[in-house]
Amino acid sequence: MAAENPYPLPQNMRRSIRMVENTRQDRVSAIRMGENFPPLSLSDRMAWLEEFHPDYKEEGKRELIIGPNRGELAPNELADLLETWPRSAVTKRRNFKPHIETDVLVIGGGGAGTAAAIAAAEQGANVLIATKLRHGDSNTLMAEGGIQAADQECDSPLHHYIDVMGGGHFTSDPELVEALVMDGPHALRWLEELGVLFDKYPTGRIKVRHGGGTSRKRLHSCGDVTGLEIMRVVQDQAESMDRIKVIDFAPVVEFLTDDAGRLVGAIVERLSPSKKTLIIKAKSVVLATGGSGRLHQQNFPTSNHFGATADGLVLAYRAGMPLQDLQHTQYHPTGIAFPEQKSGLLLTEKFRGLGAQLLNRHGDEFVFGLEPRDVTTAAIIRECVEFNNGVETPNGSMGVWLDIPMIELLHGRGTIEREFPGRFQEFIRKGIDIREVPILAFPTLHYQNGGLTIEPDGGTHMPGLYAAGEVTGGVHGSNRLMGNALLEIIVFGLRAGRSAADFAQKLGEGGAPGLGHLEQFLEELQEAGIPKKNKAPTLLPKYGPKGIQVGVRQNDLDIE
Amino acid sequence: MDQLDHISIQYDGEPYTVPSGRTILTALEEIGLRFVRGIGCRGGVCGACTVFYRVDGEPELHAGLMCQDPVIDGMDIMPLPAFPQKKARYDLELPEGDTADYRVVALYPEVNRCIMCSECVRVCPMGLDVMGYVGMIKRGDLRHAAEASFTCIQCQACALRCPAQISQPNAALAARRFYGRHQAPQAEHLTKSVERTQDEKFQRNMERLRRVDMDALRILYQRQEREPGDAPPGTWLPEDRSML
Repeated sequence: MAAENPYPLPQNMRRSIRMVENTRQDRVSAIRMGENFPPLSLSDRMAWLEEFHPDYKEEGKRELIIGPNRGELAPNELADLLETWPRSAVTKRRNFKPHIETDVLVIGGGGAGTAAAIAAAEQGANVLIATKLRHGDSNTLMAEGGIQAADQECDSPLHHYIDVMGGGHFTSDPELVEALVMDGPHALRWLEELGVLFDKYPTGRIKVRHGGGTSRKRLHSCGDVTGLEIMRVVQDQAESMDRIKVIDFAPVVEFLTDDAGRLVGAIVERLSPSKKTLIIKAKSVVLATGGSGRLHQQNFPTSNHFGATADGLVLAYRAGMPLQDLQHTQYHPTGIAFPEQKSGLLLTEKFRGLGAQLLNRHGDEFVFGLEPRDVTTAAIIRECVEFNNGVETPNGSMGVWLDIPMIELLHGRGTIEREFPGRFQEFIRKGIDIREVPILAFPTLHYQNGGLTIEPDGGTHMPGLYAAGEVTGGVHGSNRLMGNALLEIIVFGLRAGRSAADFAQKLGEGGAPGLGHLEQFLEELQEAGIPKKNKAPTLLPKYGPKGIQVGVRQNDLDIE
Repeated sequence: MDQLDHISIQYDGEPYTVPSGRTILTALEEIGLRFVRGIGCRGGVCGACTVFYRVDGEPELHAGLMCQDPVIDGMDIMPLPAFPQKKARYDLELPEGDTADYRVVALYPEVNRCIMCSECVRVCPMGLDVMGYVGMIKRGDLRHAAEASFTCIQCQACALRCPAQISQPNAALAARRFYGRHQAPQAEHLTKSVERTQDEKFQRNMERLRRVDMDALRILYQRQEREPGDAPPGTWLPEDRSML
């Protein structure tokens, strides 16, 4: 299939593309000779990060003034959201008589929540998944590149461990990383048995590639729709299990605890015509609400799902549970910078894994494409901002080229269509043939590295509460490597689900549900003089004539 | 900033004047509409924002995604936030004597009623050969059905238009899962790597590494050999094999 419309490129881009084409053959020859752009030393990495990575910018964050992390730094947008009052569905409620009772309540219907639900149901628990949008709507299904696990002869969980620790600048929790890497091969097997179609050789061996910061080829993928394939399969499995019930459009807006401080349920609003608030009573709860990219920190575009608004962090923080590594947000180095309609969406790291290089407007390489993500991000911003070597788009933003066409020179014709069927089709329908032209990229908000502190079994500081996935912190430290998020949601989803089911079976029913866990936080809010109109969770961002309105800047009455 | 013309469209029965050069979603948001349902990933992979539309004066009915398709002057749009699909519930185990391909057709017998009108192919926003994969399922060719349906985002546009009332995306999902479980070659190398993680000696090695302080770990990190990118699968081995 050939592109029907010409790629509507401004003149400056066309000129720059010619320079990219001029250097392409030499760059491909160099790769064939085994040469690559020299990776940075650990000290250069830190220097580039500190100077250019958005995480390290002072003006992007502030000190929290109340709550368990008081005095620590968090991004402005998240800090504002954590220091808020509950929504009126909570504050106006006096009666907590349950409408629904279950053994395990799973909050969030993405990959981690669904894996947890399956694990809990397999232990014999009755499970209810309450999810803000539709079951499956999540960052999981948007993940493209792959899932890491040490399964090759030259690899082992020990090497995987060292890569995770190094990629996270030695800030990850060693016990959580141990759990992640040791459960890795099992997670792959579990997915394979559920019918996930990994890219395989005819012998059955799953294909592997390098990702940024991997010492061994350890990324397994399902075309370029790895997350979508995993999500739709685990969702299908969960929906086939009698013990699992799902309610869609049912965001949890507050926890419910008993007098002993145990989590015994949650208050759920409905984004449905009924608008009825529900009280759910549960013997244990798994929190799997995902990330926060839709807060658009520092006004960056995001690759995240519409619902990624940090709801789980808000609930946990309010209940007195510490969060960690909040100031570390992952920017995916290669979000689409042009065309504008696709701005912020991803060009998966797999493109770079197969050899596509990052180039400035002169067609020159300026960084080894498979540095850890934060380093590559810093390098792109440095090239654009410091050296003014980026390519300007019509709306004034900058980008660098991802030279996708060179993949076919390296690996033969047909590689791009075969390895990136999703993206290839999507661009072709826009009249852009990625076999022929490079695509302009710039970092995009991608992942919340930090979050709620957990134990290796998914347990938290609150009895009855377990957590898994992007809402948690500690696994990736201050920087996640590609392919470890999909692994995390399966490994810790299953762990949290099993632990929650165990807890429910051992302890049985808790006491009468109430809001005792909020008392201290509400007092602190009052003392700090936080305006009562600042409410959270915000549930969904608002994009309108006034631009992006998120967090406390939006009027939450709109969806109340 | 770019100067944009304004155009007229209808959405869910109401007329709006919106900026051109935008997707349907961003155009409507820019004039103040706020979506809660019928919106999802905003990246064209979840199928939540499926719509049907006609452009004034043209005979064709199109299916599209609000987050991907551009607004067109005179477009009349019907959102499809939820669709009553047929969803079989099953586990992947096969009863004695049953086969995977037979089982998929038994779960979705409607595939046999396909009248080959190819309306599903015409409307598919992902450009998939839907009728083709339905035929493959019918003939028991799960492998090719899996390949042909792989980038399906389950938007249900095909199912809405199907005169044989097939839920194609769900039948394809079952086809892929049964194929993956029962017919695709299994990853034998995984067995060894799973067993290794259960080996007590290996677990002790892992524990020892976990206790190594960060300075020592830094040295191990920098000393690690990097597997060459072009090493054929399963052949390269590092010099230092102490951690395998």
